[in-house]
Amino acid sequence: MSSALLPSSRLTSVARCSSWRRASILAGTPGQTLAELPELHQMMRQTCRDYAQKELAPIAAQLDKDHKFPAKQVKELGAMGVMAVEVPESLGGAGMDYLAYCLAVEELSRGCASTGVIVSVNNSLYLGPILKFGTEEQKKQWITPFTTGERVGCFALSEPGNGSDAGAASTLAQQEGDEWVLSGTKAWITNCWDASATVVFATTDKSLKHKGISAFLVPMPHPGLSLGKKEDKLGIRASSTANIILEDCHIPLGNMLGERGMGFKIAMQTLDSGRLGIAAQALGIAQAALDCAADYAHKRTAFGAPIGKLQAIQFKLADMALAIESARLLTWRAAMLRDAKKPFTKEAAMAKLAASEAATFVSHQAIQVLGGMGYVTDMPAERHYRDARITEIYEGTSEIQRLVIANNILKEYQQ
Amino acid sequence: MSARVLVGVKRVIDYAVKIRVKPDHTGVVTDGVKHSMNPFCEIAVEEAVKLKEKKLVKEVVAVSCGPQQVQETIRTALAMGADRGIHVEVSGKDYETLGPLQVSKILAALAKKEQADLIILGKQAIDDDCNQTGQMTAALLDWPQGTFASEVNIEADKLKVVREVDGGLETIKIKLPAVVTADLRLNTPRYATLPNIMKAKKKKIANVKPADLGVDVSSRLEVLKVDEPPQRQGGVKVETVNDLVRKLKEAGRI
Repeated sequence: MSSALLPSSRLTSVARCSSWRRASILAGTPGQTLAELPELHQMMRQTCRDYAQKELAPIAAQLDKDHKFPAKQVKELGAMGVMAVEVPESLGGAGMDYLAYCLAVEELSRGCASTGVIVSVNNSLYLGPILKFGTEEQKKQWITPFTTGERVGCFALSEPGNGSDAGAASTLAQQEGDEWVLSGTKAWITNCWDASATVVFATTDKSLKHKGISAFLVPMPHPGLSLGKKEDKLGIRASSTANIILEDCHIPLGNMLGERGMGFKIAMQTLDSGRLGIAAQALGIAQAALDCAADYAHKRTAFGAPIGKLQAIQFKLADMALAIESARLLTWRAAMLRDAKKPFTKEAAMAKLAASEAATFVSHQAIQVLGGMGYVTDMPAERHYRDARITEIYEGTSEIQRLVIANNILKEYQQ
Repeated sequence: MSARVLVGVKRVIDYAVKIRVKPDHTGVVTDGVKHSMNPFCEIAVEEAVKLKEKKLVKEVVAVSCGPQQVQETIRTALAMGADRGIHVEVSGKDYETLGPLQVSKILAALAKKEQADLIILGKQAIDDDCNQTGQMTAALLDWPQGTFASEVNIEADKLKVVREVDGGLETIKIKLPAVVTADLRLNTPRYATLPNIMKAKKKKIANVKPADLGVDVSSRLEVLKVDEPPQRQGGVKVETVNDLVRKLKEAGRI
């Protein structure tokens, strides 16, 4: 912990106390250490790894070529409980913790990055806010049918005019009698062509700026809601991404999620958790790229020996493994803090930043290790490179993550 | 149906691992190597759980013999749907020399103790490929056996088993209690679901020693040497059929 190196002063000794307390929470709970996962988590990690190896990895390249949504696999994952890891069993979920969810997304993404994001968006961005802010009625209606893999949900915050600038949402929600009428366009919505519902953010009071944004639940398909063309993306092609166009879209008043004006807060809190899901996806992609490179280093010979014997390759593999392991520990720690109901915003931002930069770094180097073979579709390295790139952009760009971290650091050092 | 099924599960080196012979040629390297449930044992567990889901059996008990680590294997069986586990503690030198004869004695003793009506095992383990435990267990209990099963159906107090044999498929009817060994095409084992993994944590695993069952695990076999299979020699390309026939004659093959 960095605070251990600070000179003694009243402020820093308080900081040291709280981080020691934090450390003992992590270390004191039986099995809950970063050194070794509890048996339950190891078992569920193994089951996800087995599934990814046997069912996802063999089809990932074809899914990517065909831009095809893996409907059969999503249903199977639903039956395993993976589409609703944190949802309590009473609502149809697996009732496990966020660390378990992060492990699941990493292992699945190692097999297929698109499947990883489909699972992540459903869990974190769709089920997450409804679980946290929904009424009991809303939970029954909007959560339970989305736990089985039969249906998936999506999250509509970004617009053509604003991504990072979420507070500038221009989609409008106007009350007309006993209905809300939504109008506007949402952009870059993952899962939307395959989704049966969405959490949409719209302005109910433009004068209140970001405090005037509210969240709504809209079924799909629905009159007044249409989808733009599927984006032709660089990577994660088996998951659909498109605009959601709302034109005179009427929904009952009961479809508001949380209180009026709470939308921005719901979005930010949802993204705090969501970014751990993306961190996990990035780790899976990075790990798959390392698997590919390390295997190649054993098999490919040059200058009379396997290239793994060459220091240039060894240094690359070491840097790649280090980047992944560091990001993984940050991700686990943030997930554990969230499970312990401790503040985790800074740690989540660090995890997402580290993991996404690890994914792009490792997949870049993996192509380098493979040489020409890394550039062709015969090997998965090129797909990992394409899949990795988006992780530095969605659910909070790397730049936004840096701002979040910096804000937290400055607060900690507040004069 | 009040039937109780005993399922044997063995912890073996994972099928995907590249096996390496120990430098002293006394065995293969197991330290730090990934282990998992024997694939045929997975199929056996799946069949037992399916019978329970069809309400044809009441309880599925997973058994494994070995050191502390085999508890992971038993927990995997519990996560697939077995009701409880029995860990027969065998470790050290005894574990290294544990083979089908001792295991079948243990299973026979447990079957009597637990009053099992059916024992389902994998047809063989992928580490020793013995294909003996099922047959020996049935003989010790004087029970009928349906080995290499590709289909199992319970009909009243009898078992109809379709067996995969060299000549094709053989269907037999055997009386319960019986021993069945699972072959590849019996079923496709399920992935453990997250809720079942959670439930597995609460299921009980009882500890038992071979001596408690009156079984002596000392081995009558001694492994003299373990070697890798001989390296595959490169082939030779020939131009014509006559060349091929000539080369085969030279090699004494025809």
